Amino acid sequence: MTEQLTLSRRGFIVGGSSAGAGLAIGLALPIGASHIHALARSATSPEINAWVVVNPDDTIVVRVARSEMGQGTLTGLCQLVAEELACDWSKVTAEYPTPGENLRRKRAWGNMSTGGSRGIRESESYVRKGGAAARMMLVSAAAAQWNVPTTECRASNSVITHPASGRTITYGKVAAAAARMTPPSDADIKLKDPKDWTIAGKPLKRLDTKEKLDGRLVYAIDVTLPGMLNAAIRDCPHFGGKLHSFDEAKVKAMPGVRHVLRIGETGLAVVADTWWRAKTALDAADIVWDKGPNSAVTSATIAAQLKDGLDSTEGVFTQTRIGDVGNAQASAAKTVEAVYATPFLNHATMEPMNCTAVWTPEKCEVWVATQNGEASLAACAAAAGLKPSQCEVYKHHLGGGFGRRGFQDYVTKAVLAAKQIPGTPIKMIWSREEDMVHGRFRPITQAKLKGTLDANGDLTSLALRISGQSILAGVRPAALRNGMDFLQFQSLDPKPDSSIGQFGYTVANLVIDHAMRNTPLPPGFWRGVNSNQNVFYLESFIDELAHAAGKDPLAFRRKLMANHPKHLAVLNAVAEKAGYDKPAEKGLFRGIAQGAGFGSFCAAAAEVSVRANGKIKVERLVMGTDCGTAVNPDQIAAQVEGSVVYGLGAAFYQENTVNEGRVVEENFDTFGTLLIDQMPRIETVLVPSGGFWGGVGEPTIMVAAPAVINAIFAATGKRVRSLPLKNHGLV
Amino acid sequence: MTKLNINGRTVDVDAEPDTPLLWVIREQVGLSGTKYGCGIAACGACSVHVNGDVQRSCAIPLSAIKETDRIVTIEGLSPDASHPIQKAWLAHEVPQCGYCQSGQIMAAAALLARTPKPTDADIDAAMTNICRCGTFQRIRAAIHDAASGGTGSKG
Repeated sequence: MTEQLTLSRRGFIVGGSSAGAGLAIGLALPIGASHIHALARSATSPEINAWVVVNPDDTIVVRVARSEMGQGTLTGLCQLVAEELACDWSKVTAEYPTPGENLRRKRAWGNMSTGGSRGIRESESYVRKGGAAARMMLVSAAAAQWNVPTTECRASNSVITHPASGRTITYGKVAAAAARMTPPSDADIKLKDPKDWTIAGKPLKRLDTKEKLDGRLVYAIDVTLPGMLNAAIRDCPHFGGKLHSFDEAKVKAMPGVRHVLRIGETGLAVVADTWWRAKTALDAADIVWDKGPNSAVTSATIAAQLKDGLDSTEGVFTQTRIGDVGNAQASAAKTVEAVYATPFLNHATMEPMNCTAVWTPEKCEVWVATQNGEASLAACAAAAGLKPSQCEVYKHHLGGGFGRRGFQDYVTKAVLAAKQIPGTPIKMIWSREEDMVHGRFRPITQAKLKGTLDANGDLTSLALRISGQSILAGVRPAALRNGMDFLQFQSLDPKPDSSIGQFGYTVANLVIDHAMRNTPLPPGFWRGVNSNQNVFYLESFIDELAHAAGKDPLAFRRKLMANHPKHLAVLNAVAEKAGYDKPAEKGLFRGIAQGAGFGSFCAAAAEVSVRANGKIKVERLVMGTDCGTAVNPDQIAAQVEGSVVYGLGAAFYQENTVNEGRVVEENFDTFGTLLIDQMPRIETVLVPSGGFWGGVGEPTIMVAAPAVINAIFAATGKRVRSLPLKNHGLV
Repeated sequence: MTKLNINGRTVDVDAEPDTPLLWVIREQVGLSGTKYGCGIAACGACSVHVNGDVQRSCAIPLSAIKETDRIVTIEGLSPDASHPIQKAWLAHEVPQCGYCQSGQIMAAAALLARTPKPTDADIDAAMTNICRCGTFQRIRAAIHDAASGGTGSKG
């Protein structure tokens, strides 16, 4: 066929449009690739094992299986490998192994999925062992060359030393021999105690910053390939609807248009020489949608559906039942009851969805920003009608993920387009409007909470009913347990060994259940997932109970947390840093919240002020986290800072409303975000208690909004029970 | 054909007059550091300098640009990322995903050119770009650092 196909079989040309493309890619896309990058693994660059390549010039290439989307996982994972490898950090670079190579090598790099704040905590053990095994092989090679026992040799900073004879040699010099050594058995690998770390655990600079400062980094949306055409897509915005008709002749007459393609029964794609021309032609297509069976669904009908679930016995799944709540309610000195609500939310990554694909009858390749390279490979193969072994995925750094890019709909659609134009690479870009209405939305829920107090103002029972959409029912129904979505109860699970976030209070009589009320909107995992909503509900209501009991919210919590020392320790650390031993300064009002999830324990203390116009200003947030083991404290702080912006942006401004079975908000003019003028001062309190590995990217979001909401109550006496705050005139 | 002056070079571009400058830069000129985020001048990912002023290139039609207008993109801001803002961004580890940072840097560079010692209020007023990763605390610190001739030591 064409020249680019020949190239494609060996390794395609990829580059930013600025860079005059270059040859790359057989095994891996070097991170930050902007122009010509030779394959790291070559005859002169020995691969010691799957994780480590040592070049003759002593530079080190660490293979990173997880995706980098800003969260710093790439640097953290390299630190862990480098720590055990005992190499010179200044010579470390990173690359992504491709999902196709992972398949060919029987998953040598394990799971590539990057979500749930699992990037480091789920792979730390085997990547550290990979680094350690490589070090042992390098040392063995040096010892063999010197004909001395391995045990007499030391490795540090990429240099192997034999102290007895004073001989030294660098890793690069023995790498080729090391690559031929037998890898050590798992039992012979002893990992360092984190207290002895010199590379991991340190606030080292990220490996991927420089290329983000001058436009060099090639994001997936920047990919150019020889002969490439550009596609704009419009899919039926009414969930369950279809493409009815459009003016094909008009589209084809527009400048630059080469192809007009149907994408399944729901979508239309225009392929042109440039994306702007493709999008302009698509805008002129006079599309008529068949709105389908959900065209009467609105925010109001969904709210009514959820409200029904608050008191229903139908479709209810009980996750926790401790003691006798009914009895406690009957004998209560005081009862507090409240209903809360949170909206649908789009992820709104800065880089809109996009994917570049080239299809032939024998092979399909995609260039994509993905949180799950293996899922991208599977989606590519399914859409291509080929076996996974005939497909390949080239991963790019993500221009934001937040959970959205774990879903592969954009890969599927790009491949469905490319399949109709064999041999021609097609870059499909979603407009912001298209991206917004075709999200994988944080699901909508309401919650009804009822708590009882005895005559001393102590909590005697709590009933928490969540009503709303299940994520798992929508995206992974096989994971339901007897119909129940166990993830719905994130951060509300009293089991001590909970994998979904432990409920941090001891309540003698406790019921937590979920009335599953699904909607036509496709749900998704949104950074922090259900913990955000659940902890907003719980921590706001705990505050309500404390005030009803006439008690200080911090003291009220502490009394309930005596059996939850990790939760309590973070809360106390935050309270101390926030200055709770003294009253708040005049004009400042405090709120506090705590919660656990993604393997970590978090707390937040907010200070807000009220402006002359009645609007709220969040002045300061002290954010605490115990993630067990801290791999890069500065990047953890960056994640905490970012999680506050993401969480408060949502709490202040964001909701996706529904009309005619479709999402109404299409762009940032109606889907607001937190900007720098609303950015509070954030102080991160990092209290890793050791002995476990918790997540970092998500957990602190859950406490940011409730701490602020509780501070707003302290400031105004107004209890906000539904988000976003913009609907209450407070921001 | 339209002539544009971009990063000190004159380039010929062939695009409809209503094509946004952003897409001319990305698809005709071939400079991909300027990003598409919203298309409605709401996010600032597409920020460039036109005659020294920061502008959102997604909302400027090609027809509004004269041959004499000096357009500077992130690629042309400095040689070797040596602008004080770029150096401060590196020192403060500002970027997370990085996608919005071309626009943030262009906005910050324009702010410093106009207001060499910006106050927090100046920064709030000038830096209206969206960052979904939430790098604002470091952006503010990096701007102050660059303004004080900072060595890049983290403050």
